[in-house]
Amino acid sequence: MEPNLRLAHLYPKLMNIYGDRGNILCLERRCRERGIGFEVTELGLGEKLKPKEYDLIFIGGAQDREQRRVAEDLVKVKGKALREAVDKGGTLLAVCGGYQLMGRYYRTAEGEELPGVGAFGLWTEHPGPAAKRFIGNVVVEWCGQTLVGFENHGGRTHLDEGVEPLGRVVSGFGNNGEDGGEGAVSRNAYGTYLHGALLPKNPRFADHLIETALRRRHKGLELTPLDDRVEGMAHAAAVRLTTRRGMISR
Amino acid sequence: MRRIAAIAAAKAAAALSQRLRVGGGTALPGLLAEWIDPNIVPEMARRLGEGSVIVTGTNGKTTTARLLRGIVRAAGLRVVANRAGSNLMRGIAAALAESAGLGGDFAGARRLLGVFEVDEATLPQAVRALRPRVVLFTNLFRDQLDRYGEVEHVAAVWRDAVFALGRSATVVLNADDPSVAALAQAAPGQVLVYGVEDTSRGIDRLEHAADARWCSSCGGELAYATVFYGHLGHWSCPQCRAARPPSRVVATRVEPEAEGTRVAIAMPGAEVSVGLPLMGLYNAYNVLAAVAAAVALGIDAEATERGLSSFTAAFGRQERLTVGGRRVQVILAKNPAGLNEVLRTITADGQQKDVALFLNDDIADGRDVSWIWDVDFDLLAGKVRSLTVSGNRAWDMALRLKYAGLDSLPQVEERAAAALRRALRATPEDATLYVIPTYTAMLRVRALLARWARRPAFWQEG
Repeated sequence: MEPNLRLAHLYPKLMNIYGDRGNILCLERRCRERGIGFEVTELGLGEKLKPKEYDLIFIGGAQDREQRRVAEDLVKVKGKALREAVDKGGTLLAVCGGYQLMGRYYRTAEGEELPGVGAFGLWTEHPGPAAKRFIGNVVVEWCGQTLVGFENHGGRTHLDEGVEPLGRVVSGFGNNGEDGGEGAVSRNAYGTYLHGALLPKNPRFADHLIETALRRRHKGLELTPLDDRVEGMAHAAAVRLTTRRGMISR
Repeated sequence: MRRIAAIAAAKAAAALSQRLRVGGGTALPGLLAEWIDPNIVPEMARRLGEGSVIVTGTNGKTTTARLLRGIVRAAGLRVVANRAGSNLMRGIAAALAESAGLGGDFAGARRLLGVFEVDEATLPQAVRALRPRVVLFTNLFRDQLDRYGEVEHVAAVWRDAVFALGRSATVVLNADDPSVAALAQAAPGQVLVYGVEDTSRGIDRLEHAADARWCSSCGGELAYATVFYGHLGHWSCPQCRAARPPSRVVATRVEPEAEGTRVAIAMPGAEVSVGLPLMGLYNAYNVLAAVAAAVALGIDAEATERGLSSFTAAFGRQERLTVGGRRVQVILAKNPAGLNEVLRTITADGQQKDVALFLNDDIADGRDVSWIWDVDFDLLAGKVRSLTVSGNRAWDMALRLKYAGLDSLPQVEERAAAALRRALRATPEDATLYVIPTYTAMLRVRALLARWARRPAFWQEG
């Protein structure tokens, strides 16, 4: 049977800031070029998530107001299913605001506490309107390679003891600007502050997600390599610009 | 005494920086003047006999301010204005210092009006310092989020700034932009609303780049009868019944012409019709906004029409040059909705185009280039003969275009001069090269083109 990737895209209308569309386009292209089918189901407010129907779940970033509406829906409508999916080894990618909401709670700049899904052992607090936002290019070391992207967040994320970050910050702020960690991993679920968009410029990470997602139904599946020359050039340029600029304060 | 020193320092710095050819000479003089006399802007703005107009918003500030200056001059007033893009307080300070005599007085102050384009985030300070007669809002788009924070934050800053206006100030608002139209509720004085009625250029659904699709009163999802571009259109909220307000100044017809646009505008008791050397619906909005501001200033239709017809394209906004027998048109790209409309406009006639995209990520461009993923570059599919990408983020753009369904990958050349030469060579003689740069790339491209236009053979060398 031809494999196909079934993606659940959570809140595409509300959580679509910072070029998140690029992540979806990238997953689709990298599947189709290999003859792998690709189906997206968009799930908005009030719509239930049935984890068994999907191989991969994606949630992007949003502005504060949208984040509040989504937080409410996540807890009331989709939270239990998401926790179950992650516990059973389902593949998930949560970016920026979506990442923050996958933790236990997010405390806003005004001190309001938005309850999170609790799929990751982490919490996020915004130190207040006067605090510096973490904005800029990021390079992260991930599994002996680099991930590149752009971060823009006021909240500081802290991981529970024993929870692994996605990678180590080479240049940029990462989770909280202090401990050198960026993002979080919980079984096959990944959270990160990196957008830019994340996946097109980090094709190995994109393939890692696709492979992990498909292997639950297609054991031992191997992805064929693609022509990633343009991706490689864009990745290298991002590393070069980020680390060179890291030397001077901007 | 302080003021004299501030003005003298600003004038000296402006003269020096122009002599040394470092930039247009507005940042340093303005900073110096404000440093020596922090009250320089409010003190001098008070002396403008006709008061001040502020033009703000994400897209269209420079062009709209320029159109309005033309109208104001045609009405017999003199104008003090900041230079294109110098839209922070220092740019305003520099403009005031440059126009004043050393003592801080203006010659012919009675007939003098300030027309200032003001950065979105600088609006509260500008309102406090200038105490404007009219504040004109163009639109609010997702633009350089890394610099301004989020769209919603800008909307909140604007609301507070409008609320702080005097009762005698008129707020001029775009009915078609829900987050701009909502500012009416905060205005202590008069509100004048403008909008596009001609729906023939509308599209039937929101593009991916659309920002404000949520009602600012109740948070519900807005419904659109017509979308013009981005989130601009005929909107209403099915939940709370908030709706696009009725407009007093209305574009009744928007017609694309060979190299421009004809716009007919109805205002109370009169109608004006103008043909402008500017393409795209976004420019129809700029004309409409300038006319609405003129109405708010009490300028009559006859002077308005005369002022508009004397228009020349603003700095970097769709100006045309000829280099080596090729026509070159430079169109600034700032954000997804704006760039979509540019792409739609240049490909409208179905002919094959030569295009060069320049993407930089300096502070003035927006450090975050992820916005290019929200642009519908598929609009170029099947419609480009040559495509060159450049800028320090050229490879990001190349990667984005790999996803756009084009027949072939673009030519990539990070260095601006080499890229521009290559793009010119790829453009047939007598054809037009469309150069679409971000802000800092535009400065570089303009400098190169200006030099090559004077030395026709230069661009073909090396």
